[in-house]
Amino acid sequence: MAANIVNLSDATFDEEVKGSEVPVLVDFWAEWCGPCKMVSPILEEIASENPERIRVAKLNIDDNLETARRFEVMSIPTMILFKDGDVQTRIVGAKGKGQLLQDLAAYL
Amino acid sequence: MVIVGSGPAGLTAAIYTARANLAPLVVEGEPSSTSDQPGGQLMLTTEVENYPGFIDGIMGPELMTSFRAQAARFGAILKTEKATKVDLSSRPFGVWVGDPTAPEPTYTAGALIIATGARSLMLGVPGEDKLLGHGLSTCATCDGFFFRGHEIAVVGGGDSAVEEATFLTKFADKVTIVHRRKELRASKIMQDRAFKNPKISFLWDTVVTEVLGDNSLSGVRVRNVVTNEESELGVTGLFVAIGHAPNTALFAGQLEMDENGYLITHDGTNTNVEGVFACGDVQDHVYRQAITAAGSGCMAAIDAERWLEAQQA
Repeated sequence: MAANIVNLSDATFDEEVKGSEVPVLVDFWAEWCGPCKMVSPILEEIASENPERIRVAKLNIDDNLETARRFEVMSIPTMILFKDGDVQTRIVGAKGKGQLLQDLAAYL
Repeated sequence: MVIVGSGPAGLTAAIYTARANLAPLVVEGEPSSTSDQPGGQLMLTTEVENYPGFIDGIMGPELMTSFRAQAARFGAILKTEKATKVDLSSRPFGVWVGDPTAPEPTYTAGALIIATGARSLMLGVPGEDKLLGHGLSTCATCDGFFFRGHEIAVVGGGDSAVEEATFLTKFADKVTIVHRRKELRASKIMQDRAFKNPKISFLWDTVVTEVLGDNSLSGVRVRNVVTNEESELGVTGLFVAIGHAPNTALFAGQLEMDENGYLITHDGTNTNVEGVFACGDVQDHVYRQAITAAGSGCMAAIDAERWLEAQQA
């Protein structure tokens, strides 16, 4: 995994997401999810191209079901953008880079 | 040489044309959970048990990752972009990605292989858009996990519906297959598995008319097509597998299609435009298997190669 992506867990989620200066996009994913694998390299690109504007973090839902439940994730990949710990927008399903950037643009 | 599409057909065509030194460029599409995506429909499946050569089966996404790596190994150039327009009126053919109103095409092609495949159909009933991702799913392998202990339904009666229902019994307490006819269209082996599964029940002659729920799915309204009786099915998850439509909107007015939008091919993989070849599910509503798609991808590559040679002679 790219160095600029943070791995979250149930234990570290609040601290990492609330403590961030810039908005955090959390990718809820799992090993067995094909579309998650398609989206993953795109998120790495977005993270490395916009280090001042956004942080990208990943949460493995197999290991961290509590957090996935808390945010009512029922489909993966789901990507939720947090600012100061509050949900700004959620994107459900795999999308291309252009569409993702467009969906996020208003919040960055 | 440009190939549009990257399922078994497109990537097999890429492997063959790359090995023939035609330097194929593959416009492989963009990630999506609901429509066409790089790697094709197999990216949304689990175990593929009928692809020859894999004694114990192989995961769909893993098989397609191998196809892609094999194409890349022989020099195919893979672009994770979606074609937005094609111009087949003169050669070289034009293929646009991104802005379709751009004056010049992004890529030009002496020969074009079309392998854009088919996508899953949605129900087209009220509540569907709102509840997609909130209990309504098009990808059992992605979302089945979230329905541990739930009672859910699968709509459809073909192989994909029965396969999804069987897969979902790993998580759900009860899976109801809602099918508009009174018998399944799925293959015999899949049917037997479903009939033997104590968690699967059937609602025959029934269609879904509405998906219910505010923030998450709380039930579906169904109608018996014989008696016209309406009722509510108390499920918290709904998976849709009601069939496919070809991805051919891009070629409307330029390539011949049948009444359902599938491309028409003749003498192998030729379309009505000389130098444009079609393979895989985009031109096949009969077999629709990974192996037949791969086979026709190989045919398209050979047809294209011979046609290009004849042009130069």
